[in-house]
Amino acid sequence: MKKYLIIGGSIAGVSCVEGIRSRDKEGEITLVTSEPFSNYGRPLISYYLEGKTDVKRMSWRGEDFYERNRVDVRHAVTAEKLEPEAKRVLLSTGEALPYDALCLCLGSHPFSPRFEGVETVENRFFFTTLSDALALEKTVTKTSRVLVVGAGFIGLKCAEGLRDRAGSVTVCDLAEHAMSANLDADCAPILEKHLEANGLRLMLGDTVERFEGQTAHMKSGQTVGFDVLVIAIGTRPNVSLLAEAGGGVNKGILVGEGMETSLPGIWAAGDCTESMDVSAGATGLLAVLPNASLQGFCAGVNMAGGSERFDKGIKMNSIGFFGLHIMSAGTYTEPVYTELTDTGCKKLFAKDGVLTGFILLGDTARAGIYTSLIRERTPLETIDFEAVKKEPSLLPFGQDYRAKKLGGAV
Amino acid sequence: MKRVYVNEEWCLGCHLCEFNCAFANSGESDMVKALKGKPIRPRIRVEGDDRITYAVSCRHCLDPLCIRSCISGALHKEDGVVCIDREKCVGCLTCVLVCPYGAVQPGPDGAAMKCELCLKNACGEPACAAGCPNRAIVYEEREEGQA
Ligand SMILES: Cc1cc2nc3c(=O)[nH]c(=O)nc-3n(C[C@H](O)[C@H](O)[C@H](O)COP(=O)(O)OP(=O)(O)OC[C@H]3O[C@@H](n4cnc5c(N)ncnc54)[C@H](O)[C@@H]3O)c2cc1C
Ligand code: SF4
Ligand code: SF4
Repeated sequence: MKKYLIIGGSIAGVSCVEGIRSRDKEGEITLVTSEPFSNYGRPLISYYLEGKTDVKRMSWRGEDFYERNRVDVRHAVTAEKLEPEAKRVLLSTGEALPYDALCLCLGSHPFSPRFEGVETVENRFFFTTLSDALALEKTVTKTSRVLVVGAGFIGLKCAEGLRDRAGSVTVCDLAEHAMSANLDADCAPILEKHLEANGLRLMLGDTVERFEGQTAHMKSGQTVGFDVLVIAIGTRPNVSLLAEAGGGVNKGILVGEGMETSLPGIWAAGDCTESMDVSAGATGLLAVLPNASLQGFCAGVNMAGGSERFDKGIKMNSIGFFGLHIMSAGTYTEPVYTELTDTGCKKLFAKDGVLTGFILLGDTARAGIYTSLIRERTPLETIDFEAVKKEPSLLPFGQDYRAKKLGGAV
Repeated sequence: MKRVYVNEEWCLGCHLCEFNCAFANSGESDMVKALKGKPIRPRIRVEGDDRITYAVSCRHCLDPLCIRSCISGALHKEDGVVCIDREKCVGCLTCVLVCPYGAVQPGPDGAAMKCELCLKNACGEPACAAGCPNRAIVYEEREEGQA
């Protein structure tokens, strides 16, 4: 019987189990994960703080997932060393686990530059795990002044989640705009206005130079007093386990279309990987939940002898703040359509005859039609792109397409 | 499994399916009470122009992108039917971001809403198909890959 080993019990790891079990009902699956909790939707940690979900409902595939799929799961155990020649992984418990097929679903870790004096800050947190959210829940009170460093989507989600729990929430970022990785200078101000109208204080184009206890000295010379600090500057893929074993890594673990790494018998999936972004025609970090899930499933199928491909990867994100929905996808090449109002925006980008990216704020209805155009690299000359630009629907795709999609099982 | 299939040549563009859908999912037993004077929120949508019309609802995909992408695990399959646990849903709309057919939309409470083939409401089978006057929408078994 084949021995499968998965390291990391989050979205990619769980999806890998689903991939394996779609082909192999018998093989022995062992899953090792550092976190003490069973699988949960990581992005839900801000919704938890907001009171929109609870720990029970956060379970992504159910508490009984591992049991249903006959997985020998080890929580709160870390894989410390990979020995590819011996085909085994050494664990923090001292145990050595052998494998025939291994998948690394290691995710990422929060990244922080060295802030001078940060060790003098008593209440300091990252915001990437359920443990972080539970600790913040304990610490933040109605009078707490919270400072979030980083106005990317993780920092802003944290700020949204804490607004009603705290006295005040300030978010700073060296970038001139909120969510600068997802939005451009036309769209970002709409979000910024909305966040401020909902009670967040933004300090953009400014960041902390040094900390002194409960005071942050900013680059601009201003000072910010706070009781709780959240550092949400960014995340970095966990690559060291494979890198130290001699596997190919760049920013992330390098994988092919089947999610195989450079080492035989070892696959990788999710936020720890770097893979082909079809909208950019180059590899990149595609660190969002849908990709982790698709990649994990793909890896699992292939570990069980199948031939699944992850060959439509793009960055894509849907997120809301205080009722304003924001979607972004792909690569922002040449703008081909812009609609800007006070409360919303829509931008489409295309290059070489295919849609490569979009930004939507406000009206996001049927955005998946755009996402699909990017992922499928549909030649725009084959559809009525002028009509699609204005309103996503299936009309501009023609009758044959619709007959196939609406008249058959897809 | 049985799915909802659409034959656009027969669609009259009457929008009856939208009303039947909204009614079937309203939990009300009286159509006037359920729909009159309120914005209707059907899970099926009639699209088109002045020449062509057709209805779009969830395809209950064989390998649904929405289920893979859902951040909360609210979307799942029950005997092939793609269902949503609206208690788990947090309204992030990632499902809207990925559905290639535009078949999911936010409901009035923010949580996502989609066609679940009326299997759980009082109708018991798709109200859109049952009420379509011209059989432009049918609920039947078709072989995979057969149009
Ligand atoms: C606050 C927040 C909000 C987000 N919001 C969104 C969103 O709205 N939409 C979206 O698409 N994405 C969002 N993301 C990103 C999304 O959560 C990730 O893309 C997704 O969780 C990646 O899944 P993964 O399985 O690859 O890695 P992770 O979820 O990071 O899990 C990796 C797991 O591996 C374990 N692990 C690591 N190393 C070891 C080891 N050596 N031994 C054992 N176990 C190990 C870790 O403990 C962890 O449990 C958000 C992320 C955060 C933090
Ligand atoms: S909601 Fe969209 S992606 Fe999901 S099963 Fe239905 S048609 Fe497919
Ligand atoms: S809106 Fe709800 S169903 Fe859709 S992806 Fe988000 S949590 Fe899942």
